[in-house]
Amino acid sequence: MIWTTADTWLLVVGITAAVCCALPGTFLVLRRVSLLGDAISHAVLPGLVAAFLLTGERSSLPMFIGAVVAGVLTALLTESVRRVGNVEEGASIGVVFTSLFAIGLILLHIYGRRIDLDPGCVLYGLIEGTPDDLVSILGFNVPRVLVPLAVVFALNAGVIALLFKELRLSSFDPALSTSLGVNAGVMHHLLMTLTAITAVAVFEAVGSIIVVAMLVVPAAAAHLLTDRLGRTVVLAAVIAAVAAALGQVSAVALPGLLDIRFGPDGTPIRSVGIAGSIAVASGVLLLLAFLFSPTHGLVVRLIDRKRLARRMAREDLLLSISRLEELQARPTFDSVADLTGDPKPAVERIAAECVRLGLIRVDAGTLALTELGRTTATQLLRSHRLWESYLADRAAVPADHTHATAHRLEHVDLAEKLDEELGRPAVDPQNKPIPRSES
Amino acid sequence: MLETILDMLWPDSHNTRVVLLGCCALGVAAGVVGTFLQLRKRTLLADVVSHAALPGVAGAFLLAAAFGLDGRSLAWLLPGAAATGLLGVIVVGLLDRHSRLKPDAAMASVLGVFFGAGVVLLSVIQQIPSGSRAGLDSFIFGKASSMLTRDAWTVAIVAAVIVLVCVCLFKELRLLCFDDAFASNVGLRVGLLDLILLLLATLVAVVGLQSVGLILVVAMLVIPPAAARFWTQQLRPTLAIAALVGAIASFAGVVASSLHAQLPSGPAIVLAAAICFAFSMLFGSTRGVLILGVRRHLLARRVRREHMLRRIVELRDSQTNRESLETFAFTATQLADAGLRDHAAVNAAVRRGFIRREGDSNLRLTELGIEAARRATRNHRLWELFLMRHADVAADHVDRSADAVEHVLDPKLVEELSRELEHEDEDIPPSPHPLAPGGGR
Repeated sequence: MIWTTADTWLLVVGITAAVCCALPGTFLVLRRVSLLGDAISHAVLPGLVAAFLLTGERSSLPMFIGAVVAGVLTALLTESVRRVGNVEEGASIGVVFTSLFAIGLILLHIYGRRIDLDPGCVLYGLIEGTPDDLVSILGFNVPRVLVPLAVVFALNAGVIALLFKELRLSSFDPALSTSLGVNAGVMHHLLMTLTAITAVAVFEAVGSIIVVAMLVVPAAAAHLLTDRLGRTVVLAAVIAAVAAALGQVSAVALPGLLDIRFGPDGTPIRSVGIAGSIAVASGVLLLLAFLFSPTHGLVVRLIDRKRLARRMAREDLLLSISRLEELQARPTFDSVADLTGDPKPAVERIAAECVRLGLIRVDAGTLALTELGRTTATQLLRSHRLWESYLADRAAVPADHTHATAHRLEHVDLAEKLDEELGRPAVDPQNKPIPRSES
Repeated sequence: MLETILDMLWPDSHNTRVVLLGCCALGVAAGVVGTFLQLRKRTLLADVVSHAALPGVAGAFLLAAAFGLDGRSLAWLLPGAAATGLLGVIVVGLLDRHSRLKPDAAMASVLGVFFGAGVVLLSVIQQIPSGSRAGLDSFIFGKASSMLTRDAWTVAIVAAVIVLVCVCLFKELRLLCFDDAFASNVGLRVGLLDLILLLLATLVAVVGLQSVGLILVVAMLVIPPAAARFWTQQLRPTLAIAALVGAIASFAGVVASSLHAQLPSGPAIVLAAAICFAFSMLFGSTRGVLILGVRRHLLARRVRREHMLRRIVELRDSQTNRESLETFAFTATQLADAGLRDHAAVNAAVRRGFIRREGDSNLRLTELGIEAARRATRNHRLWELFLMRHADVAADHVDRSADAVEHVLDPKLVEELSRELEHEDEDIPPSPHPLAPGGGR
């Protein structure tokens, strides 16, 4: 396919819109009011339509004022419904935004033709049309929608940069924040106002419904990738930009590349809606973050858990061998399997790993510890007996119960701390000697 | 005029009658299910279901069109909607349980992404010859007038079944909503009940697509139960009122939309529901703004009167010759000196028969006034004693704290307090703290 200037402008518009949304969106996710963001993006509709009706034109300033009014109204009405009626939070939000949205839709259907606003366009946006609507800035022809988008981007970035500390404090500890002079309620309304303004700026590109995806999804993905707030904001913006680019390119290029044809007469599908594709692309990125985030990803956590299980199995094997030696029994696969109650193939598998790591030797069916293996086993025994002492001494666990718990806890290396805490004991509750530390 | 009204209430066309029936039935079902959802604090999950239904609707249409069939019948679209709607909820659950995303972020994300996928499929539909989006738009905004009689019957029957299930499971659902820990202790399968509730909500959302439209169907689950909260606090009346509001709103919305061609039924129904809500919030008999204001005003008036009566007693107590209340006469000036400058309260008390005027400036308590004064002062002083003895409040702090609670004391509580403080036989216990000259603070 051929890449034209129009496509480049589409890319720029899409990326700018997405990044605009991701900035306040990070705080919406953080403060657990994502659904309030959803509500506001729906509720700005009547504000917009009213602004159009009153001013008779599609210029930005009345639109934004209408949006701000609608946004603030939503938050205030929600609060009053909740307070006066004792209605739970989700329901209060639901009542207010659906009513406002219905009013907006009705106004749109009745007067839409007069102000050249199509309900479909309002809902899904028509980003595809934006490169045709150019305006001249400093001698360059840029899409008209970029102007409010750029302004809002600067606004969002500016507010977040300037008030970062205040936003952070009021997000994590509203009570402390208010007592220190940063009124948490004011911060909340500021955030809602920014969201409303952003929703308006972006609606012409992606429509009012998909704004929700752009506000929340990149921010949620960023939240899964890092723990620091500053990085989350930046990462959310980056992910949003990537989603926008990915979405647009896939929407325009993929159907052609894959030569998708439809139906009995093979109608070719040339391209799909860009706004929707951006939302889907951001969803894909969220899924990737959910699965593969190095710190919080599901797949990563499963792998970590498996690794831990294997380490614990290896350490258990070492201890079993050493116990069998203490009891003067010959450590074989069978005797270890008997001692631990694990199936023999499992023992064989773990033993192979231990051999590979140089922890044990297998001579004619007998398992023996190497130098390294013996050191490790001794440390484990020390940990186990110290845990038993701690449980008996400080946690009031009866003597016949300490072993099972210590058997699991021994893999957690807190030996030094335990030793110190217990006053360097020489024997455990069963009067068995506690090995000394190697270091 | 009468004819048009009658025509609205009982339309001539059979199709319109059935459509009205179906939509009203849906309104009832939505009100009932929505009440339980709200008690279970899961209302916005219905929003997820309805938005996530879009790819199912569009996808089912495409699937039908791929085989050359007409995709617009409910038989295709409803299962599609239900499938993706439920899938969306499952994904929300997974995201919530297996990651550190909070439920609200998970819901908003699924909502947005699934809806985006639906929009993508809609754009595909626009490009195929048999696809005119106008047909599907009626599922997004709602267009009851284009419902076939067959479809309207389907809606009515499904709605009736939903209500029937709720009635049969009423006891279980009630327990689930109010105390799920106890419910699971007595053997109720809480997980299963939650799933059933979710399925019912999904059914409502999916079956309501045609009349209310996808975006606003959640309103039918949210607004009627919320409106009911202003009329009652009990479950059965709430269910009834929510059902009623749902039915009225559906009726009004469908009729309004049939009279104005450009008005889609979805927003019209929701607007009607919103008007019912606003009415309930203002005039509701239990928690309406009006009734709360009236109650507050009445309470404030009683408080003022009781304060005044107590001051009169204290004035009497502070005199050197302690007369009985029956003979005690005082003037407005004396009251003013004692700190009570509220002439309006005095006049109101005269009007209501608590005080009578004698001559130019003398005032005296009537029998009614004496009774009320004794009661108010006794409560006040008993509370003071209680606070001093049992709540470690220093004597000079007591008057202020006592002021606030004495007016809402339950007679039984007062009995208890008197017994405890061994002042039962005294009609008005003496003030436990020294009165400032001319009456208390």
